[in-house]
Amino acid sequence: MRALVHAAAALLTLLSLAHTFWSGLDGRAVALSFGLLVTLGELTRWSGPESREAAPLAAAGALSYALLGEDAGRATHHGAFQVVAVVVAATLVGCVPHVARGQGPTADHLARRVLTAGFAAICFQPLYNQGVFEAWGGPAYVLLLVALLVLTALCDAVLAAALAHARTGWPFGPLLRDELRAMLGIGTAVCATGVVMALAVAVVGLWALPVFSLPLLLTQLAFRRYAAVRATYRQTIASLARATEIAGYTPAGHARRVAVLSRAVGRELGLSEAELTVLEYAALMHDIGQLSLVDPVPAGATAVLPVEEQRRIALLGGAVVRQTGVAAAVAVVVERQADPYREQPVSARIVRTVNAYEEKVRDAGAGGPLRALEELRLGTGRDYQPEVVESLGRVLARNGGVVRERIG
Amino acid sequence: MRSITPWARVYVIAVAVGAVLCAAPVRFAHAPWGAVALFTALCAACEQLAVGRFGGGRGHEGPGATGPGGAGGGPPRWHTPVLLAAAFLLPPAAAALVPLPGALLVRGGERTPWPRRVWRAGQLGIGAWTASWVHWSLGGPDAVVSSYFPYTLVTAGVAVVAFCLVLALLDGGILALAERVPVRLAWRGLFVRSLVPVGVHGLAGLMMAVLWRGPYGPVAALLVLLPMWVSWWVFAQYHRERAAHQATIRALVQAVDIKDGYTRGHSERVGQASMMIARELGMDDERVELLRFAGILHDVGKLGVPTRLLRKDGPLTPQERRVIELHPEYGHEMVRGIGFLGEARSAILHHHERLDGSGYPYGLVGGQIPEFARVVAVADAFDAMTSTRSYSRARPVRVALAELERCAGSQFDPVMVGALTRALGRRGGWHPVVTADGVQSRRDYPPTPPVSSRTPTCPDSGPVPGPSGLVPGCLPGPDSGPVPGRLPGPGPDSGRLPGRLPGPGPGPGPGPGPVPGPDSGPGRLPDSGRLPGRVPGPGPSPDPDSGPDPLSLPVPLPGQVRSDGGVT
Repeated sequence: MRALVHAAAALLTLLSLAHTFWSGLDGRAVALSFGLLVTLGELTRWSGPESREAAPLAAAGALSYALLGEDAGRATHHGAFQVVAVVVAATLVGCVPHVARGQGPTADHLARRVLTAGFAAICFQPLYNQGVFEAWGGPAYVLLLVALLVLTALCDAVLAAALAHARTGWPFGPLLRDELRAMLGIGTAVCATGVVMALAVAVVGLWALPVFSLPLLLTQLAFRRYAAVRATYRQTIASLARATEIAGYTPAGHARRVAVLSRAVGRELGLSEAELTVLEYAALMHDIGQLSLVDPVPAGATAVLPVEEQRRIALLGGAVVRQTGVAAAVAVVVERQADPYREQPVSARIVRTVNAYEEKVRDAGAGGPLRALEELRLGTGRDYQPEVVESLGRVLARNGGVVRERIG
Repeated sequence: MRSITPWARVYVIAVAVGAVLCAAPVRFAHAPWGAVALFTALCAACEQLAVGRFGGGRGHEGPGATGPGGAGGGPPRWHTPVLLAAAFLLPPAAAALVPLPGALLVRGGERTPWPRRVWRAGQLGIGAWTASWVHWSLGGPDAVVSSYFPYTLVTAGVAVVAFCLVLALLDGGILALAERVPVRLAWRGLFVRSLVPVGVHGLAGLMMAVLWRGPYGPVAALLVLLPMWVSWWVFAQYHRERAAHQATIRALVQAVDIKDGYTRGHSERVGQASMMIARELGMDDERVELLRFAGILHDVGKLGVPTRLLRKDGPLTPQERRVIELHPEYGHEMVRGIGFLGEARSAILHHHERLDGSGYPYGLVGGQIPEFARVVAVADAFDAMTSTRSYSRARPVRVALAELERCAGSQFDPVMVGALTRALGRRGGWHPVVTADGVQSRRDYPPTPPVSSRTPTCPDSGPVPGPSGLVPGCLPGPDSGPVPGRLPGPGPDSGRLPGRLPGPGPGPGPGPGPVPGPDSGPGRLPDSGRLPGRVPGPGPSPDPDSGPDPLSLPVPLPGQVRSDGGVT
């Protein structure tokens, strides 16, 4: 799948470059300006931990060049191939410093950029150059551009989800849903900016580019700060979770291992990104109730305690979490982690199962994973949901090596 | 807004009358009424969308003002582009009319009181009028219509500067009159802070105006608002998340304070004292902020020390003391992964080092001790001495400073002690405010359960049993004061021993009755900590005037919960 996408992008690139070389650039000033914009956008690229669109300005620039019909009232004549060629060249130039620092965009990003810009350009430019839209009035033309970009955005989301699916093996449906949801945020801003720039260049000429780049940079800044504060918050919660380990209540690394494995299982079961965050926080803090104990539970193994005791610790933990200002949903998961699975929300089922698995594996030694899974299967009557246990089994089987490495 | 002073009332009314006077000549202005109506509706819709989604306005401040508690500058309200686009296109009187209905009629989830709405309407009305007037007198509208480009940028830029200037002037006035900010501080930074965000919004407004009059009409102009809306939304999310993060850190340190039996707020007060020292030393803002965090989190490692040891009612054995002395390392281990703390992490690790090398964990000497750690050590000792503990009554600031002075050079860095003395002298004493910050930021984040809405426990709200014995003050040296009675309690590793029974701990447990405090150091008054008539029992410590305290619930109280389910 990935190979197919990459091949398609490479083919389109080669075709475009060849065509442009052969027939020459049409509208040099415009091409140069948009190329510069894309390059600048790439230079301000920022690959944070959870950024969907790392270089929104470059994406918006590429889309607006694909949808450009006029420059200050004069019709332009560049074709779809030239759009792709300019976008590719500008993107590659803009990538140079990032590649030098070893954090350039991946082949997936480049392929997506080429294919989405190509898609929009191929939909628009040939029809425009043939004069199909001449009869359209002002507002209708605007709506046409918007509709075209919505279509492009949908295709881009599908493409991104497919690439992620091929890369990670996570289920396609939830990935697509997350991509579409993310599209509502930065994607909206990028598409709207693309349309506005194309229209504004048509009205006032190339001055529109710098004028309207700044608001989008503001948006990018906002996303950056948001991502930064989220990362910090996550680190703080992980630290809080380590308190139990440092106090000797639970073995070192337990919370983190449960969190990583819970996230993988949650993803396998198709939870959304927001639910996964709640799940991760809850898994990190699931043992925090033990801080309220005067004497530690031996080896922090809560899964073998009497049920009443487990629930009491869980309630204490929920009370701690409630005070920490973390979303109430997290506290609910922590609170209910010891309930029978039929009464639990799905995140709590995952935490309970994964926690029990982690504790059992730790005790079992060699051959532990299989035996632990077997024990969990025996407990599916009441404690562990069969589907979650099976999903855990699949996660372990599929990327057992990977998960074990990452958590080990 | 608290109770409104009469002068503030007069001021608000004057501003509102000003706005009405600005908008009054609209009848003679030949305004394009369709556009005015459209802009007005748009403005109101933006406002409604904002308060509807995010509950409540960000206070009375106009565009560009910082949000509550907001270092770093909040976002301008995102209807600013609409307002400015109207100012670029409409005659001044009509532009003044545009923000009025939205500001007056839209009410958020929490009801915005009338004076505030009138104030906002008046302020925005005057601001829009000024921007529009400046723009018109420079011939801006013609430039916009003919898209005469570089010149349009000049006229729009001047108009935006005028807009910012007027808003900042009016804002400063209300800060001085209603919020009682000292007059010389009221205007500081308002204008400069708002210039960049409003400038960017002004560009969007200009683009909107140009497209509005262009061949594609208002539909194209509306698209300009989408990116602005997205960035406003993300900024709101950012503020929410940040408030949640602060609440988490605060809850964390309060848990430590209570676990340790300190008066609530010790950690935050240490944070404030550290900050005062840092300011006095002339550190830049970023390091000052980091030092605040260092002070707040300095004892976070105590979360890892068994409660029984921390609150043990009686002298500690050398083993127990050693376990407690692990807390700086525990704390460092905990916060190691929190990137933004930076230098503050070293302060957490080394805040018990002494200049002469007799401290712990590493026994560093003099300049080997990181600067942050030297600051926090002084702040910690200062607050320990000036607040009441179970074993010692609060000492006057003067006495505490003298004590610090005495130990400067051997235990504390004289530079830091001097800085603290100067800072206190300048401020006229020590008036720590602990929870104000918390109350503010919770307003941003409704889901947060009440954490610290109460005022800080006043220093003599009663003794809490079980001194941990490790006062960071200039008190007992690391090895003084232990008394036999070894408690093989849950050390950092003992919990992991396989086969350990969860039965009643083998140690003496929560202590047999009241034991006189382990005071052995110099400078401690005999029988100091006990307020008359209170016998510190071993049981849970009831805070006499707080009732069931939401905070103290999950924090381990001695003898309250045991892993075997038994309650002592």
